[in-house]
Amino acid sequence: MSDTANIHLDTNESTSRGSTRPEDRATKIRLEHVEKRYPGTKQPAVASLSLDILEGEILVLVGPSGCGKSTTLRLINRMIEPTGGRIFLDEEDVTKANPDKLRRRIGYVIQQIGLFPHQTIAQNIATVPKMLKWDKKKIAERSDQLLSVVGLDPEVYRDRYPKELSGGQAQRVGVARALGADPEIMLMDEPFGAIDPITRDRLQNEFLRVQAEIRKTIVFVTHDIDEAIKMGDRIAILGEQSVIRQVDTPERILAFPVDEFVRDFIGEGSTLKGLHFETVREDVQLDPYPTMHLTDRPAEARARAQEAQTDWVLLLDGDEHPIRWVPVSELDSGNDVTAESGTEVLAKVSIGATLFEALEQMLISEAAVSPVVREDGSFYGVVRLTHLNKAIRRARLEAREHYEQLETT
Amino acid sequence: MTAATGAQGRIGYEGQDADNPELQEGHRPATGGPSHEASWLRRARANHLGLKLAPVGIALLALVVYLYYQSLGLNDAVIQLRSSLEWGTKLWPQTLQHLQIAFWSTLLVVVVAIPLGIMLTRPPLRRYGPAIVAVANSGQALPAYGLLILFLSLLGQGKWTVIWALTLYALLPVLRNTMVGLDGVDRNIIEAGRGMGLTRMQALTKIELPLAVPVILAGVRVAMILNIGMATLAFLIGGGGLGVTINSGLKLQQDPVLIIGAALVAIVALTFDWIGALAETYLRPKGV
Ligand SMILES: Nc1ncnc2c1ncn2[C@@H]1O[C@H](COP(=O)(O)OP(=O)(O)OP(=O)(O)O)[C@@H](O)[C@H]1O
Ligand SMILES: [Mg+2]
Repeated sequence: MSDTANIHLDTNESTSRGSTRPEDRATKIRLEHVEKRYPGTKQPAVASLSLDILEGEILVLVGPSGCGKSTTLRLINRMIEPTGGRIFLDEEDVTKANPDKLRRRIGYVIQQIGLFPHQTIAQNIATVPKMLKWDKKKIAERSDQLLSVVGLDPEVYRDRYPKELSGGQAQRVGVARALGADPEIMLMDEPFGAIDPITRDRLQNEFLRVQAEIRKTIVFVTHDIDEAIKMGDRIAILGEQSVIRQVDTPERILAFPVDEFVRDFIGEGSTLKGLHFETVREDVQLDPYPTMHLTDRPAEARARAQEAQTDWVLLLDGDEHPIRWVPVSELDSGNDVTAESGTEVLAKVSIGATLFEALEQMLISEAAVSPVVREDGSFYGVVRLTHLNKAIRRARLEAREHYEQLETT
Repeated sequence: MTAATGAQGRIGYEGQDADNPELQEGHRPATGGPSHEASWLRRARANHLGLKLAPVGIALLALVVYLYYQSLGLNDAVIQLRSSLEWGTKLWPQTLQHLQIAFWSTLLVVVVAIPLGIMLTRPPLRRYGPAIVAVANSGQALPAYGLLILFLSLLGQGKWTVIWALTLYALLPVLRNTMVGLDGVDRNIIEAGRGMGLTRMQALTKIELPLAVPVILAGVRVAMILNIGMATLAFLIGGGGLGVTINSGLKLQQDPVLIIGAALVAIVALTFDWIGALAETYLRPKGV
């Protein structure tokens, strides 16, 4: 009774964070040959940068320290006045707009957070709504709502002062405050930079969850390529003077770095990181893997294993859940197979898991393959190393073809 | 999986996070100084013990002075002593004059020095800040006596001459503290505020000034105490004040007059220092 499962390993365009393809979205922010030359410096900090930021996406600006990421970000809300070029919001030229009014439309989060220490958390969050003259009741409701959104209980936190918060909590309040008047655009400058790795990971996940609902247009600055890969719908890798070296989805950048600079910057293990963007899906045929039930005769199972050239048989229980790896050597006609035969199945992945998780399970699995189970836990098939290899090579090929096509047009 | 075990390994941190309100109280810093301080001292500070005891001390001092005054038997004393120490015509009016001089000069200091300090920390005038502070510094090195005489030659005799001289004299601490206080506000807080669309003015009035209040008030308190002390010299140019009594005590070699005059100045100074301390404690913005 060998299982032939239909499992497809594919780039996960339709399951990734933005369900609309980038090409279909409207441009929210357009930078046209934007330039910043600080007084008294020879080289511009930002030299003629042109970039379209699409509605509802997280665009990550990433690059080495001092390359001009913060400067670029601060040009968008005119904390710094550009010395050249033009900036459009929703096709409206804001290069000469009143900067104070402009900034009230744009959320801004910085690494140092900058909560007002003399104001309560609720007052901090109310900053922009108050300037926009919302009525009191609406402001109070809004700040409670935002506290909940960022995972802080309003009852506990609204009347606290910033010094009574941990770093992670303060950063959440920073995000809530930036969302205060529901801006369509958020600028975030290394917002999770000063937080310990575990809390950072948690805040990143929470933020992605919130973003999936609120769909803001976000420009996110980091110098950490892993954070960029995790947070970005698209990543712009910047070199000196904010020159764009490559801008694309993280999966395509990982699969096809356009030059040595980008390759160096994404560093070791880009192939492994690429596995984060491929998922186990139920489309295409997988290789068979021999399975058996407690009621089967060992000799039959053994024959199946030999036919499939595997050293193991996967034992399933009555609900078709994989429970034990049984080695072929134990499948003697003399012995019965019991629920204690072989070793327990510890590693398995569900449909929808990333290939990175599948690889991890494969590495600890007895049979060096990763069993895949359906939602109800029943056995579906296995992922083998060859599948990962194929998936990665296909992703690379597709990325290369994409860039070749770009060049010809 | 790795994240979960990692998180457990860091319970200490997690305790400060959202999920654990009990631990939250524990990690708030105590309102005290270094941890080696005796705990009773820390508690005393937290309860503003000094602030509560100061008026008691001042009242005791006043009582002692009052008993001493009574024990002098002024009715039988020589005419000079009696007239110098008469409450209704000498001591009380002089105390009032003294207070007026100190009050008006301090008020003028505040009205002049704080806006000046604000202007000197704004971009257009910022670069002149150090120069102005240097001038103010050397102004304070001038002997107070010389300053009074200078103003006398400019404005003639009288209370207001003294007030203007003292205003100039006590300008520096307030000016300097205003500038230091404003410059001391974390740039990131201002950056965040401006980034949200606060205008320059709003950033000043809603963020910078409230956060600089403790430092500015400390300067005002110093200026006030300086002025109360300096007002004892007002008599030199006909400005009145308790300096008159002290001076006549010296000239007539009447120790009781000298002592009463000096004690009254001390009581006034201590009282106002206490008021200053109260203001510093209660006007300090919450959460800072
Ligand atoms: N106010 C300023 N005056 C002059 N030069 C500046 C100013 N601010 C930044 N620069 C210069 O502009 C360049 C870009 O700075 P920016 O802060 O944008 O870098 P960054 O990419 O954000 O770096 P990091 O990752 O270290 O934050 C740097 O060379 C920096 O020295
Ligand atoms: Mg930066």
